[in-house]
Amino acid sequence: MTKQPLIQVKNLVQKIGSQEILRGLSLDIIEGETLVLLGKSGGGKSVFLRHLIGLMRPVSGSILFEGMDVTQLSERELEPVRRHIGMLFQDGALFDSMNVFDNVAFPLRERGEKNPAIVREKVAQALAMVNMTGHEHKMPVNLSGGMRKRVALARAIISPPAVILYDEPTAGLDPIVSDSINRLIRRLQSELHVTSIVVTHDMVSCYHIADRVALLSEGRIYFIGTPEELRQTTDPTIRDFVDGRSGETIY
Amino acid sequence: MVLIAYITKIYSYILIFLGEVAMLAGETLFSIARGRIRPRLVLYQIAEIGYRSQLVVVVTGAFTGAVFTAQAYFQFASLNMETAVGPVVALSMFRELGPVLAGVMVAGRVGAAMSAEIGTMKVTQQIDALRALAVSPVDYLVVPRSVAMFISMPILVVESVGCGILASYYVGVKVLNISGVYFLANTQKFADSSDIVMALVKGFFFAGIIVFISCREGLNAKGGAVGVGRATTSTVVNCSLAILIVNFFLTMALNIIFPAG
Repeated sequence: MTKQPLIQVKNLVQKIGSQEILRGLSLDIIEGETLVLLGKSGGGKSVFLRHLIGLMRPVSGSILFEGMDVTQLSERELEPVRRHIGMLFQDGALFDSMNVFDNVAFPLRERGEKNPAIVREKVAQALAMVNMTGHEHKMPVNLSGGMRKRVALARAIISPPAVILYDEPTAGLDPIVSDSINRLIRRLQSELHVTSIVVTHDMVSCYHIADRVALLSEGRIYFIGTPEELRQTTDPTIRDFVDGRSGETIY
Repeated sequence: MVLIAYITKIYSYILIFLGEVAMLAGETLFSIARGRIRPRLVLYQIAEIGYRSQLVVVVTGAFTGAVFTAQAYFQFASLNMETAVGPVVALSMFRELGPVLAGVMVAGRVGAAMSAEIGTMKVTQQIDALRALAVSPVDYLVVPRSVAMFISMPILVVESVGCGILASYYVGVKVLNISGVYFLANTQKFADSSDIVMALVKGFFFAGIIVFISCREGLNAKGGAVGVGRATTSTVVNCSLAILIVNFFLTMALNIIFPAG
């Protein structure tokens, strides 16, 4: 028996200026899976991710999460939904006025946790999970790109969410740091059993972490299947993307 | 046709701007009424806004009082009305110069900083991160700044006015040899508690103008460092203009409630 989708996206349309970024995107995300969303740069992957957490409103279409249409909720009504969804932004989006400890503790404190001992314990656990123990007192400006992403991930998981959205988690990182982030995503999935949606154009990362892969092209889902099905496809559009061919000829 | 299009564009920009500022003010006051106040952040903002703005406000008030006294003396001396300098300066400082100059200086110092800080958070996705963590940017960023501003600004206005009058006394009595007794007697005769209330009311209104325009500009910043720069500039310009325009209407309204003399 197939599992019920946790998130159902139906005919999502979004325009930025006169450009139509999403043209009726439909996608079901199954509970507990890691879905990797591939697509060209500027193709609307991050825009799609921002819709899932209500950071952007679509022109039309719906996103059903636990029976609620996220696109119809007001900013205040979205707050309970957002407590179930963690998001890792492309550059981490750490609060630069706070150190690592306060950044990671932020969601706990905002959700009413007053006991400093519990906050310390949970922050230590979250930082240990992303291998950032010992960096509690550093400011974000003093962290490398990979470290910032790890801290942001610790902040996203400290109040364990049902869904984690990753926006280009390995972009701009060297292969070794990228590999450690990939392993981390895998480990979080196995330990916390969260549903993960990863936007990337990093094929190594894709094969490493994906249960299913979707390819976004021309504002719609062009392909959806397992990593193995992606490897074996002969569709020229998909092959160009997977093999990294631009289609240009050099004379 | 070009002129009509230009006027329409400016008119719609002003309407949108006023609408957004009013919406932000409404949402902030609603949050304050619902008790969504973070006391620690309010105290931090009082230190940033109130405590650290004192020097600039005190110096502005003092030198305005001093120079106004000197000018008034030079004009009144030819009419043998030197002792009128005290009440003229005191009333002007209480009713107009103190609140307006403190407002403009705070807009330049605090408003610009607020706009730049919030604008930088916007363009570096920190505002989105707040929203993604189920924290309202209005509750977290605008409410503490508003509460701090509403508490600090009237106090800053009183400091500015007080220093202006003290400087006026010093320049008038010690430097220009106006009779100290008449200076004080006339000042007490013409300036009363309604003038202090007028200064405080204006300070309160200017606090709202500065905080809501600054936060609106910061929250609407886009386009990286250039966008933050533009937001900061338009904060100072719009706050200064708004203070001067609103001051006129406040003066007219408050003079009905508290007639001069």
